Amino acid sequence: MFINFFYSLKSYGVPVSLHEWITLHRALEKNLNDCSLTKFYNIAKSILVKNEIFFDKYDMAFLDTFKDIETTDEMLDEILKGLKKVKELHLNEEEKKQIEELNLDQILKNFEEQLKQGHYKNHVGGNKAIGTGGRSTQGAWGYNPAGIRIGQGESRHKRAVQIAEKRSFRNYSSDITLDTRQMKVALSHLRSLLPIGYGERLNLEETIDKTCKNAGELEFVWENKEKKASKVILLMDVGGSMTPYSELVERLFSAASSQISKFKHYYFHNCLYQDLWTDMERNKSVSTLEFLKSEDNDYKVILVGDAEMAPSELTWANGAIDYWYYNDTPGIVWFQRIKDKFKNSIWLNPLPSKSWNYVQTIRSIRSIFPMFELTLDGLDEGVKYLVNGKCSIYNI
Amino acid sequence: MDKFKGTDDYVISQELRDNVNVSIALGRPLLVKGEPGTGKTLLAHSIAKGLGKKFFIWNIKSTTKAREGLYVYDTVQRLNDARFGDNDVSDIKQYIKLGKLGEAFAAEEQVVLLIDEVDKAELEFPNDLLNELDEMSFYIPETGVTVKAQHRPIVIITSNSEKELPDPFLRRCVFHYIAFPEQELMEEIVIVHFPDIEKKLLRECLKKFYWIREFDMLRKKPSTSELVDWIQALRAGGVPVKKIESEIPFLGTLLKKKEDIDLVQKSGKTHYSFNSSMRSRDVY
Repeated sequence: MFINFFYSLKSYGVPVSLHEWITLHRALEKNLNDCSLTKFYNIAKSILVKNEIFFDKYDMAFLDTFKDIETTDEMLDEILKGLKKVKELHLNEEEKKQIEELNLDQILKNFEEQLKQGHYKNHVGGNKAIGTGGRSTQGAWGYNPAGIRIGQGESRHKRAVQIAEKRSFRNYSSDITLDTRQMKVALSHLRSLLPIGYGERLNLEETIDKTCKNAGELEFVWENKEKKASKVILLMDVGGSMTPYSELVERLFSAASSQISKFKHYYFHNCLYQDLWTDMERNKSVSTLEFLKSEDNDYKVILVGDAEMAPSELTWANGAIDYWYYNDTPGIVWFQRIKDKFKNSIWLNPLPSKSWNYVQTIRSIRSIFPMFELTLDGLDEGVKYLVNGKCSIYNI
Repeated sequence: MDKFKGTDDYVISQELRDNVNVSIALGRPLLVKGEPGTGKTLLAHSIAKGLGKKFFIWNIKSTTKAREGLYVYDTVQRLNDARFGDNDVSDIKQYIKLGKLGEAFAAEEQVVLLIDEVDKAELEFPNDLLNELDEMSFYIPETGVTVKAQHRPIVIITSNSEKELPDPFLRRCVFHYIAFPEQELMEEIVIVHFPDIEKKLLRECLKKFYWIREFDMLRKKPSTSELVDWIQALRAGGVPVKKIESEIPFLGTLLKKKEDIDLVQKSGKTHYSFNSSMRSRDVY
């Protein structure tokens, strides 16, 4: 019937399964939507969509499928209002009989006449037209087919299509660049780097030992399974085109640092050379070589930057953007060294992935680091990649 | 069938009310997500109250195991009893204690069960409950008893999206995301808490509240419960409305982080004009 809605959802990337689709039909079978498109919009959303980041895509799919449908929603409201008024009318026996004699065809005919005359546009006429139906047993039925025809009236109530058109959930969508509101959600993705739960276990040998020493008085020894901590190093591009993003990213990760037991972060400008800066103003630094030697190689490294620079900055000796800075080893070599040392490393890029192919330096860096977008989706995939080395959406 | 219509002390949107009724009619758990302080937990209380049903809460912690919700077999107690011969230890039944989920299933009538903050537990936790929530029954191998719900309980599950919930689990739920209330709805909510509040005070408070919430860089945005606390403090302190217009007294009840308070106070000096560009300049 509206199976194309299902496929439309799928093509917009909403993960909807047959299981949910059937559940929706079960709900429709019970008429939980009350023949209203607005309620249908809400119910279908609650059954088919399980994450607010897909609400926007749902809205778009809904618009695609149902935008041309004329709804009876606002007519229904008006008609019901009218019916209430009719109820108060006093009818004598003869009138009642007359009404009961009306058959469906007549009612419909009456309806159409009223409609043609445009009576539904004003209240008095509307009451009359619908009142005729309303007083008879078929009245309730009457307005439904008529409603489909009338639906073109201007709407004042919120129709489902209009709600969908508003697309008020656009901000929750996961493929726009991270803003503050989404930080928390993004943080939750990072938590999957953390050890997941650790249970208590009975240490049997110790327990027996203790109990024996205790002259048979039971004494339990519980032990905690070892807690594995995740280690994360963040290397961040600051300055220039990254300025708008850097504070955001730093806050994101410094908030995460309270949860990741071993967390370090360093800064660089455009490209990375023999010094890693420990502050954003780039006053204090540590030697990159020293850093590579001293840190354990089981750190997970996340680099953040737009990777957009002059090719010379990446590939030349003495190519650094700061004229006072001399580097005898090209930046790309340093990147390769980092990758060689830390197997689990990714690059997060605030630029959209569409543009990556047009920037030469991005292409070079992508040949070293798997690159992910700095969006919810990208971060999620990146973290997954760090954890299990697999990735589904980008070609790596 | 019972239809939830809402209660006096809980303001609910039409959409959420519909979704509650859908989940009741379909016998599926209702998964509720939303910002902290939007009343996820209270919703379950309100449903139980509105329908006049018994209410069970299962609070999830990071160490909670799925089986604990069904039943716990207290082996240590049994072992202890065996040593002293206090009880008949061959009767295992007395060492089986039903968890919250088990109690809800075993109840004689339909009950409301709240599984609070399901995302706190391990990743696999929701998956371990799939079958139990589908069938609304489980088997206790120790005693060979099957506990089956005679009336499917109304299950409300809340999540703060700290962890992703597994897909098979999501497929079985009805989902609702409680968006942060608009100013009009918020007015209703506040009036539920303070029925005799002055209109002027209310308007001024909400103006300030939404103004603060618009700061992009806040580490923790104030939520409904903080607004209610704040108004309570203002009324208890007898602060005149005039004063709220020019400053924000008791800022500490709204904002819980020092950085946030600094941020608001810094821009608060110029905030009479409610100039949003001013705010963003301060921030970046």
